[in-house]
Amino acid sequence: MTPNAWIQILAFLVVLVALVKPLGAFMARVYEGQPCGLDKPLGFLERLTYRVAGIQPDQPMNWKTYAIAVLMFNLLGGLVVYALQRLQGFLPLNPEHLGAVSPDLAWNTAISFISNTNWQSYSGETTLSYLTQMLGLTVQNFVSAATGMAVLVALIRGIRGRQTDHIGNFWVDLVRSTLYILLPLSFVLALILVSQGVVQTLSPYKQVSLIQPVSYVQSTTNAAGKTMHQTVWVKHQVLPLGPAASQIAIKQLGTNGGGFFGVNSAHPFENPNPLSNFLEVLAILLIPAALCYTFGRMVGDTRQGWAILAAMLIIFVPLMIGCVWAEHSGNPKIAALGVNQQSSALMSGGNMEGKETRFGVTDSAIWAAVTTAASNGSVNSMHDSFTPLGGLVPMWLMELGEVIFGGVGSGLYGMLMFVIVAVFIAGLMVGRTPEYLGKKIEAFEMKMATICVLVPPALVLVTTAIACVTVMGTSAIANPGAHGFSEILYWASSTGNNNGSAFAGLSTNTPFYNIAGGILMWVSRYFLIVPTLALAGAFARKKQVPVSSGTLPTHDALFTGWLVATVVLIGALTFLPALALGPVVEYLHLWH
Amino acid sequence: MWSQCRPAVVVFVVLSAITGLAYPLLVTGIAAVAFPWQANGSIIKNSAGQAIGSRLIGQYFSEPGYFWPRPSATAPVPYCSYNGPLADCATASNSGPSNPALFAHVKRRVELLRAADPAEKGPVPVDLVTSSASGLDPDISPAAAFYQVNRVAKARGLPVAEVKNLVKQYCQGRDLGILGAPRVNVLSLNLALDRLSSAQAATGSKPR
Amino acid sequence: MAAKSTSLFNGAITRRAVVESFKKLDPRIQFRNPVMFVVYIGSILTSGLFIQALFAHGEAAPGFILAISLWLWFTVLFANFAEAMAEGRGKAQADTLRKARRDTPARKLAEAHRDARVQSVSATTLRKGDIILAQAGDLIAADGEVIEGIASVDESAITGESAPVIRESGGDRSSVTGGTRVLSDWLMIRVACNPGETFLDRMIAMVEGAKRQKTPNEIALNILLAKLTIIFLLATVTLLPFSIYAVNAAGRGVPVPVTVLVALLVCLIPTTIGGLLSAIGIAGMDRMIQKNVIATSGRAVEAAGNVDVLLLDKTGTITLGNRQAVNFIPAKGVTVEQLADAAQLSSFADETPEGRSIVVLAKDRYKLRGRELSSMHAQFIPFTAQTRMSGVDCDGRKIRKGAADAIAAYVAELGGVYPDSVKAAVDEISRRGGTPLAVADGPSVLGVIELKDIVKGGIKERFAELRRMGIKTVMITGDNPLTAAAIAAEAGVDDFLAQATPETKLKLIREYQQGGRLVAMTGDGTNDAPALAQADVAVAMNSGTQAAKEAGNMVDLDSNPTKLIEVIETGKQLLMTRGSLTTFSIANDVSKYFAIIPAIFVGIYPAMGRLNIMHLATPKSAIMSAVIFNALIIIVLIPLALRGVKYRPMPAGKLLLQNVLLYGVGGLIVPFIGIKLIDMALVAMHLA
Repeated sequence: MTPNAWIQILAFLVVLVALVKPLGAFMARVYEGQPCGLDKPLGFLERLTYRVAGIQPDQPMNWKTYAIAVLMFNLLGGLVVYALQRLQGFLPLNPEHLGAVSPDLAWNTAISFISNTNWQSYSGETTLSYLTQMLGLTVQNFVSAATGMAVLVALIRGIRGRQTDHIGNFWVDLVRSTLYILLPLSFVLALILVSQGVVQTLSPYKQVSLIQPVSYVQSTTNAAGKTMHQTVWVKHQVLPLGPAASQIAIKQLGTNGGGFFGVNSAHPFENPNPLSNFLEVLAILLIPAALCYTFGRMVGDTRQGWAILAAMLIIFVPLMIGCVWAEHSGNPKIAALGVNQQSSALMSGGNMEGKETRFGVTDSAIWAAVTTAASNGSVNSMHDSFTPLGGLVPMWLMELGEVIFGGVGSGLYGMLMFVIVAVFIAGLMVGRTPEYLGKKIEAFEMKMATICVLVPPALVLVTTAIACVTVMGTSAIANPGAHGFSEILYWASSTGNNNGSAFAGLSTNTPFYNIAGGILMWVSRYFLIVPTLALAGAFARKKQVPVSSGTLPTHDALFTGWLVATVVLIGALTFLPALALGPVVEYLHLWH
Repeated sequence: MWSQCRPAVVVFVVLSAITGLAYPLLVTGIAAVAFPWQANGSIIKNSAGQAIGSRLIGQYFSEPGYFWPRPSATAPVPYCSYNGPLADCATASNSGPSNPALFAHVKRRVELLRAADPAEKGPVPVDLVTSSASGLDPDISPAAAFYQVNRVAKARGLPVAEVKNLVKQYCQGRDLGILGAPRVNVLSLNLALDRLSSAQAATGSKPR
Repeated sequence: MAAKSTSLFNGAITRRAVVESFKKLDPRIQFRNPVMFVVYIGSILTSGLFIQALFAHGEAAPGFILAISLWLWFTVLFANFAEAMAEGRGKAQADTLRKARRDTPARKLAEAHRDARVQSVSATTLRKGDIILAQAGDLIAADGEVIEGIASVDESAITGESAPVIRESGGDRSSVTGGTRVLSDWLMIRVACNPGETFLDRMIAMVEGAKRQKTPNEIALNILLAKLTIIFLLATVTLLPFSIYAVNAAGRGVPVPVTVLVALLVCLIPTTIGGLLSAIGIAGMDRMIQKNVIATSGRAVEAAGNVDVLLLDKTGTITLGNRQAVNFIPAKGVTVEQLADAAQLSSFADETPEGRSIVVLAKDRYKLRGRELSSMHAQFIPFTAQTRMSGVDCDGRKIRKGAADAIAAYVAELGGVYPDSVKAAVDEISRRGGTPLAVADGPSVLGVIELKDIVKGGIKERFAELRRMGIKTVMITGDNPLTAAAIAAEAGVDDFLAQATPETKLKLIREYQQGGRLVAMTGDGTNDAPALAQADVAVAMNSGTQAAKEAGNMVDLDSNPTKLIEVIETGKQLLMTRGSLTTFSIANDVSKYFAIIPAIFVGIYPAMGRLNIMHLATPKSAIMSAVIFNALIIIVLIPLALRGVKYRPMPAGKLLLQNVLLYGVGGLIVPFIGIKLIDMALVAMHLA
């Protein structure tokens, strides 16, 4: 690893952590219904929405009503995204005259975007009209993120509630998340991105003349069944355009990750230079990190939020460094072919397959770790071509359950489930009925928390198992040997944890992968949201136990370490055999 | 349960209008005024006003007199960024690190480079033999550019030092001194190279 | 308990436990414990595979399958054995108790009168509310309340304490327990419960574990263990398809045999804690019994570990027995003899130790002799909690003694004046931590008797210990606030409730509970009953009234109020043992992976051999070693499960650190060593 790599890692972390408190405090104000500065210019929209919708903003819901509201809103969103894809041929804002999306792909994409996964079995520029991108996907980029944040806030209200049924009002949380947090941040980021070269236009795709025309041989079969070879000269290049910047801003901020273009943030029109790259990668972790502070603020003890953030960083930073290191180490078999992989002032070096020159291995590896720690899934390099250990990092970060930052809202509520498990065991070890923030952890809480911890790995393991022994599964594999297994495992880990990044060699635009992936994304999103809200309801009804010296402190270094151990151990024990058969054995083969 | 229906529909419609129409259209409008060039693809035009490429999107060069970009896995031709609906274009090789196809590809590319410039015996910079993520990578590393200087100069009949100077001119450091990696925009470099050649031809200072 | 089994592995209990471990192979019993049930199924499955391998083409060598299968059965049996050991120890105690529950004849009285008609009946026919007579030499036939008489009673059958105790009607020593023996005099007893519900019956059921229900924490832990089991089940079951893919990809090797998958599964699921869980619970109850505390439920014991606030009666708990009169301080214009005389007169009928000590002090210091009271037409006014006074009316005098404010109110009512000199004396005594008892004759106050409390030795240290555990101690006393504060300071309690009445006690408990705190208290008197019923953990003294015992959820046979501290420790130990073994069990898995994963895949991917960091001899020996370690560790940890993890009072953070290092880090390291040693042993025995 080069000094520059260390500097870049440090710079990223410093800027990220510095933004946690200001943004976290701002979000706490938004959720507490306090004036946040933006309610002056945007408040009329909020009030208008409530009036038209007949919402009493000060009327809180119990957990069941909250859950019904979440599910109903998401179902509606799914139907609309599906319909837009199927009907886009008849709708406006379709300059390239793209036709209807196939039913299985449309289902997969609809679930993918409402569940904040943004798995893409398609390329945006060849499949979706501008209208579908805007009214379907951009909208879901906002509201699926806001849904996650709302559920988190409901859980926080449950934790601090005292013998009440109420955990807040979903509509209020949804609208305020969107209007005051996601929209302003996206607006600013979108404009900065445009200034760097991210496209933002409704014009049709642009054709340019090539400096050096290129030829290729086209083989066609004529009516007589004879194969004809024909040299085709290509003199033009078609540049796909579209309202990309506005979507990319929210795609990163809302940990969505669905690219406007097929190659996602590797596409120069999505991510034109290292500065735009820095801003985008920062935007990915910004809200998940800041929500830790919001959490601390809202439960009345910011140390609790910092402790969770610290636990996330303790797991994240070494893995990110490991990924950067692995990619810098390059590929020994390529070095043997007379290739220079040594990093220097004149080149990035390292394992450059599937990476962009402007990002080099450092920014690509940092991004890979960030996008999988958060449930973002956008890529600026191709994870499939990473070195075995470099690819293990993003895979394992997802398999940890998307709780190391994770999705906006969903990452923290997922982490809180691990906190509950950690508190439970630690609480027993100090000889008291375990409690977290004054709430006793009893059988029901344990049941809900373990469901949340159990569901994603169960989904991942079972679907990987099905896919790796069936033709419909293995026929999609692009790379032979153990790496092929990694591709399937990565796919399942990504969809089963609502991440959305891919080992993109796997051809997943098939009915099997589209349908199975849709089920995975659906289950891992909503089968976690409902228990989380049930837990919020159960917490809210409980008494608050006051703190004494017999209470296990959950804000100190020891507990943070214990939480880290819990997350890592569960993640490791669940996936060690599978990882051994994928990246680990590939590493052993490549290097020994 | 049904009491939540009206809020669900209304909130969905309102938020869709705000985030799906008002927001992207507002950004588009501001971009059209403030950053019209960037917002429309950073298009480079020649002196005749003809669009000849994007500053951000790579083009394929295979003639020895041009700097070659990185290999591209796009289909049907390298650096194809769009080929009509329902045919993915911009893409990566997605070759795994132990895929024999990757090694074969790298080997072929190394051989191609060596054949084009047999005098150059040093190891090939890695970015020149590996495919990019987008297939549209506009850049190569300065090392990769310098690696090709001799071949380009020879093919164009330009002095090596002059070509080297041009490359140096077009080298971009890291953004803000730390971000990203050093790079050279191939399209810009090749356009400058063409300008240099035609300038030389015009003054006739050196025979071709 | 009369017969306490002190050694952990008593021969008879162990023998019985071995037999029991086989009896517990009944699937209906196994089904109750999800973790061990998985092992049980695995044992049956591998046994079947062994038979198949014997008679047909098996998936592996029959000898290997047999070895795995046997060790899986051992794992199940070891867990059964742990539970049987814990139960066995309880049963031994129950047998001792049963000896006391003989079918005794009872003298049933037709009505509550000493000379009523006596009918001899069997104890089993007695019903609640019946009146029985117990004379010297009789076994008391049933639990009940003494309504007349006083007698010395031998309660050694229940408490193990050989010195006889006094039981008498009225007051706080009125309850008797069936199975105890009257040594002298006689008692008339109202039966308090129906047959089968007696204290002895409940005690036997308790120690036998027959009524043992899972406690809330145990249920929550079981959920966690079940979920972990499911995760590991999936992680191992999916290895079969994964290995099929790997075989295809590598073009060599064979998919993982089912026997090996079962072995891996059993090693991974938390069998250590799963196998010892019920033993820990039973042993916890057992430890309580050894401390002579009978809990009505495991829930109560567990709750004891959570106690935040401890309410302690001052008298008998914090201070030694009873207060003694040490001084008479007369009011201005009254001689000390006048005061002593009145004080003595008012106390003749006062049978409390304080009352007696006043009589004695007056006699010793002022040579005042007892008088023939019957000639004085004296009428005694007993103490009540409401008036907080007692006294005597005789010869037209109305002598009262009681708390200073009660006397002040009394004289004020009669138009008298409460003199300043008395007020000063009262304050002075209170400041010293003594108890002032004012004496009034009609409307005039004669002076003050100074009673003094003596704080028990060592009690201050106990309270400091509680503070380290995070438990707040509150002293409850009928004293005035000044006195209470002085004693509280001397004893080192955190807070006190002065001038306590049953109502204020109850209110205090409710306030604490409202604030989310868990309250424990000890009590013995009938007036403690409401507070005991309200408290989360309520320890009634065995010497106390039947009402108190009914209201509490534990009974301390030693009637030692500081026993609550030990109860709390036991409760904490119970949770700590579970938590620590869970941590240990899960931490163990890391090393098992390192033993088994390379072993099962090295045939497909030879490079996997590099992960065999323990350098285990062969793939088979690696798998065997992990399975054997997994089984043996249960046996090794049985003593820990039965004794409980050591508890020392300290803040939660420190406690966690200590246990994480011991059971977490230890759990990571120990199996690496253990598995390597077993592997070496297998090699040495040429079994590898």
